Amino acid sequence: MASASAFEYAPAPESRSVVDIAPSYGLFIDGEFVEAADGKVFKTVSPSTEEVLSEVAQAGGADVDRAVAAARRAFEKWSALPGSERAKYLFRIARIIQERSRELAVLETLDNGKPIKETRDADLPLVAAHFFYYAGWADKLEHAGFGSAPRPLGVAGQVIPWNFPLLMLAWKIAPALATGNTVVLKPAETTPLSALFFADVCRQAGLPRGVVNILPGYGDTGAALVAHPDVNKVAFTGSTAVGKEIARTVAGTRKKLTLELGGKGANIVFDDAPIDQAVEGIVNGIFFNQGQVCCAGSRLLVQESIQDELLDSLKRRLSTLRLGDPLDKNTDIGAINSAEQLARITSLVDKGTAEGAEPWSPECELPSSGYWFAPTLFTNVTQAHTIARDEIFGPVLSVLTFRTPDEAVAKANNTQYGLSAGIWTEKGSRILAVANKLRAGVVWSNTFNKFDPTSPFGGYKESGFGREGGRHGLEAYLDV
Amino acid sequence: MPTTASAAHPLTDVTASDSTLRRFLHGLPGVDAVGLEARAASLGTRSIKTTAKAYAIDLAISMVDLTTLEGADTPGKVRALGAKAVRPDPTDRTTPATAAVCVYPDMVAVAKEAVAGSGVKVASVATAFPAGRAALDVKLADVRDAVAAGADEVDMVIDRGAFLAGKYLKVYDEIVAVREVCGTAARLKVIFETGELSTYDNIRRASWLGMLAGADFIKTSTGKVAVNATPANTLLMLEAVRDFRAQTGVQVGVKPAGGIRTTKDAIKFLVLVNETVGEDWLDNHWFRFGASSLLNDLLMQRQKLATGRYSGPDYVTVD
Repeated sequence: MASASAFEYAPAPESRSVVDIAPSYGLFIDGEFVEAADGKVFKTVSPSTEEVLSEVAQAGGADVDRAVAAARRAFEKWSALPGSERAKYLFRIARIIQERSRELAVLETLDNGKPIKETRDADLPLVAAHFFYYAGWADKLEHAGFGSAPRPLGVAGQVIPWNFPLLMLAWKIAPALATGNTVVLKPAETTPLSALFFADVCRQAGLPRGVVNILPGYGDTGAALVAHPDVNKVAFTGSTAVGKEIARTVAGTRKKLTLELGGKGANIVFDDAPIDQAVEGIVNGIFFNQGQVCCAGSRLLVQESIQDELLDSLKRRLSTLRLGDPLDKNTDIGAINSAEQLARITSLVDKGTAEGAEPWSPECELPSSGYWFAPTLFTNVTQAHTIARDEIFGPVLSVLTFRTPDEAVAKANNTQYGLSAGIWTEKGSRILAVANKLRAGVVWSNTFNKFDPTSPFGGYKESGFGREGGRHGLEAYLDV
Repeated sequence: MPTTASAAHPLTDVTASDSTLRRFLHGLPGVDAVGLEARAASLGTRSIKTTAKAYAIDLAISMVDLTTLEGADTPGKVRALGAKAVRPDPTDRTTPATAAVCVYPDMVAVAKEAVAGSGVKVASVATAFPAGRAALDVKLADVRDAVAAGADEVDMVIDRGAFLAGKYLKVYDEIVAVREVCGTAARLKVIFETGELSTYDNIRRASWLGMLAGADFIKTSTGKVAVNATPANTLLMLEAVRDFRAQTGVQVGVKPAGGIRTTKDAIKFLVLVNETVGEDWLDNHWFRFGASSLLNDLLMQRQKLATGRYSGPDYVTVD
C-alpha cells in the first residue's frame, strides 16, 4: 500500500517493448537504407537516461548528391501522377502512422525526452492528421486559389529541428508530397530515429523510390542540402541564427524558401480573465515539451491588479507538475533534449538572475542521470532583461506586468520575434481589439499551444516567413 | 480531524443586501468552459495502478455516501443498506466502511439503528428533496424531522428557480435558515443541482453562495436529473472551496453525486481532488461520493486486486 497520508501514484511506465530499435541505421536514399559514402556514423542518446539508443549513418556531401539525384529522378513520375493517386499514398501513410502510433510515440519519447503523454496525445495524432489533411488537398489543388493548374517546384530540401521531430517532418513532407514535389529531409542530429522509422512507413506504404529521402546528420549536412544546386525549394524550422545563414545561402538563387524560426511569445492576461483556465494556459504555454517550443508563451504579461493572485495560483499549480521518467504516463515534464541545450538554458537563467530578476522553482527532485531542468519562473522582469528578449527554449517563464491594454500591446510587440501570442480575457471585444494589434503569426485567445492541420502557422519579423498548415501551407510548395 | 469554523469570516459584509451579494457573485472570475473541460479531461488520463489503485479504492469506499432515495424504500431495504455500509465486503474484513448512508427523513431512525456504534454517519436529504419547491416552513420542518430523528448530516437542495431568477439573497437566507436548524447536531451539505444551473459561471456563483451561507459541504446534484456530477463541475467546485479557504480560512467539503458508477470514474475524481486541492481534502470528512451502485464496482475491483481474478456481481451483496 502507498503511505496512508498521501495519494502517491505508482509508476506507470509505457512499455518499451512496442518499439524495436536496431543497433544501427543507414541513410534512406532512393528507397533503400544505405551507409554513408564516407562511412561516418554518430550516436543518438536518450536524453532522460543518456543511454545510447542507436548508431546512425551521418550524411556527407556525396550522400546529399545521391539523395538529391534520387529525388530528381523520382520527381518526373511523382509529379506526373494524378492528384488522386498521390492522395492514395498519403492516406496510406496516415493510416500506417495511426496503426503504429504507440510504437512511434514511445520511440519519439526515448529519442527526444518529452513525456509519453505528449507524444501519445499531441504529437502522433497531429502527425496523422497532417497527412490526412494534405492527402485531401492532393486532388483539389486547382481549387486551392493558386491558379487553375498549379505546378510543383521540384526537389524540396527540408531541415527540421529536434523539438517535435515527427510532427515537423509531417508539416514538411505532407504538403510537399501532396503538391507533387519530392523530398530530401535532414532530421536533427539529436533526434534522427523517428524520421528513419518514417522511412520504413514510406516503404510499407509502397511509396515510389526516391520520393522521400532521409539524411541524418549535423549542421554541415543541412548546409550542403540547402546549398545543393538541384534543390528547388528549401524549408527550414529551427533557430533564427541558422535561418539567417540559410537565407544568405539561398539569396540570389531561384530557390523558394520558407523559414520557421525562434519566438518569444507574449501571453497577455487581463484582470477579467478566467483565472484558473489562464493558469492552465500559461502552464501549457511554457511547460509543454519543457518549453522547447518555438511558439511558447515564454513572456507572461499580467495586468498589475491581479499579479499577486495570478502568481500565487501559478506557483501552486507549478508545484503539482510531475517531472521525471518521460515514459511514465503520469509525467508532465520530461528531459531537456541534449546536454548542449541544457547548458544554454542554464546560462540564460544565470544571466537572468545576474541581471536582477528573481527566479522561482517548485520543490523538485531532478533525476541523477540525463538532462533535466526544473520548471522556473522569473519575476521582477523588465523589457530590458536578456530573459525577456532572448529565446531560452526551455521551461523558463519571464513575468512582466502592464497597466493598460495599450501597454500590453506595446510590450508584446516589443520583440524581434513574432510567432505567437495569447490573450486571456472574458471580454470578447477586447480579444478582437488586442489580437488585431499583435504582430504575431498565431494569436490564441483563452487557450494556448493548440495546433490543427487546417490552421496556418508561421511568423513575423525574425520568426521567419512563409506559412505551414492549412491552404496557405500549399503555396510554399507550388509554383505560383 | 479539523472541523468547519462557523465564526464570521471576512466576507460576511457581502451578504448585507441583494445588490452587494449580486455584485460579489458576479465579480468572481469567469469560467472558460473549454479550458475547464480540457483540464478535467487531462487529469482523467492519469494512470493509476497497483499500490496507488489499491489505496484509491479503499479511499473511495470510505468516501461513499451509500444512498437509497426511492419512493419504494422500506425499513428492510434501509437496514440492509446500513449493514452494507458498516461492512461492505463480508468476505474481507479489511474493507473500510463507507462514510455514511443517505436516506429520506422518514428512514433516518431506521438507518441510525442499522449503523449504530459503527462510526458510519446517517445523512438525510431534507428541504423537499429533490425539487425543493416548497415553502420555507415546510423545508425547515423537513430538516427538523431529520435532525430530530438523529441525522448526522443534512443534504439540502437550493431553490434553483430563485437562483436562476437572480434572487441570490433569498437562496442565501434559506441556506442560513437550514444551517440554523442543523445547529451543531448535523453538518449541512448544500445541493445545487448543477445540471439545472446550466452554466459554469452559475456553478461557481452557487458554490460561493453556499459557502457564504455556511455550508459544510457543497454538492453537485440530486442524482434525479439528466446531468449530475461531472469531472468538470467537480473540478470547478474544488477550485471554489480552495479559493474560499484561501480567503476566509474556512474549509468546506465537496460531494459529487449521481452518475459515478465505476471505480475508474471514482479514481478520476480522486485525481481531481489530489491535484487541485490536495491532501487536505483527501478524506471522507471533506470529500464524498453520492452514489448507490459505485460501491459494488469498487468492491469487485478490490477483490480483483486481492485475488488477481475478476469475480462477478454475485460475489458482492445486492442492496
